[in-house]
Amino acid sequence: MSTFRIFDIAGSALSAQSLRLNTVASNLANADSVSGDASKVYKARMPVFRAEPGTEGTATAGVQVLGVVESQADAQKRYEPGHPLADAQGYVYAPNINTVEEMVNMISASRSYQGSVEVMNTAKDLALRTLNLGK
Amino acid sequence: MSGFDTVFGVHAAALNFQRQRMEVLASNIANADTPGYQAKDLDFNKLLAQTAENAVKPESTGATNASHIPLAGGINEDMQKAATVYRVSTQPSVDGNTVDVQTEQAAYAESALHYQASLSFIDYRLKSLMTAITGN
Repeated sequence: MSTFRIFDIAGSALSAQSLRLNTVASNLANADSVSGDASKVYKARMPVFRAEPGTEGTATAGVQVLGVVESQADAQKRYEPGHPLADAQGYVYAPNINTVEEMVNMISASRSYQGSVEVMNTAKDLALRTLNLGK
Repeated sequence: MSGFDTVFGVHAAALNFQRQRMEVLASNIANADTPGYQAKDLDFNKLLAQTAENAVKPESTGATNASHIPLAGGINEDMQKAATVYRVSTQPSVDGNTVDVQTEQAAYAESALHYQASLSFIDYRLKSLMTAITGN
């Protein structure tokens, strides 16, 4: 019997959400990293979540990051012939990052993170009270 | 006097159940952003019925004397599985996730409160026992 499974579950959520925040930060930081080659430009990255494998049919499951995938959307093409990185036709390519989408992702990730912190805090308080029984 | 394990009444079992329910609710909150995850909960009534059904009969443990101490029937994994129910989602989402964080947080707070209530009962029982033992 695992008394502290709740910490494993909430902890897995914390690490998954902080990874999501990291990808948002990376995407926003690189929103203006242009390139002269459409295939070499930075692509938006996003984590893929899934319930911990091996927990199908059981009541409890933590969350696991399956991996980080790159967005398949096309890079934005801009005509800037004066740009030092422009290709022969005068185009530069900007990443396929939607800033609004990233901000929404950031808020969602930080709210979910807060939720799991609260879960952990409550569980910790209860565990401490249980340990202090009779004192 | 009966066995010492009955001193705390139902509260030892209640703590166990509330802890397990909190684990399930914590899983829901952890998977609030997981595509396709379905929110679950433990059904107390189902678990209670099962516990009554599965109660360890003294004769099944090979007890031959009325004063043999009976085994306490806890909540095992199969019983937990059978008592697990899926929550009906109020707001369907595109990715198939049925977790409504507010509902889960409310349920978690409720479960935590029940846990604290049981803890208080055990605490008072311990204090009165200590008074009885030390006599002052």
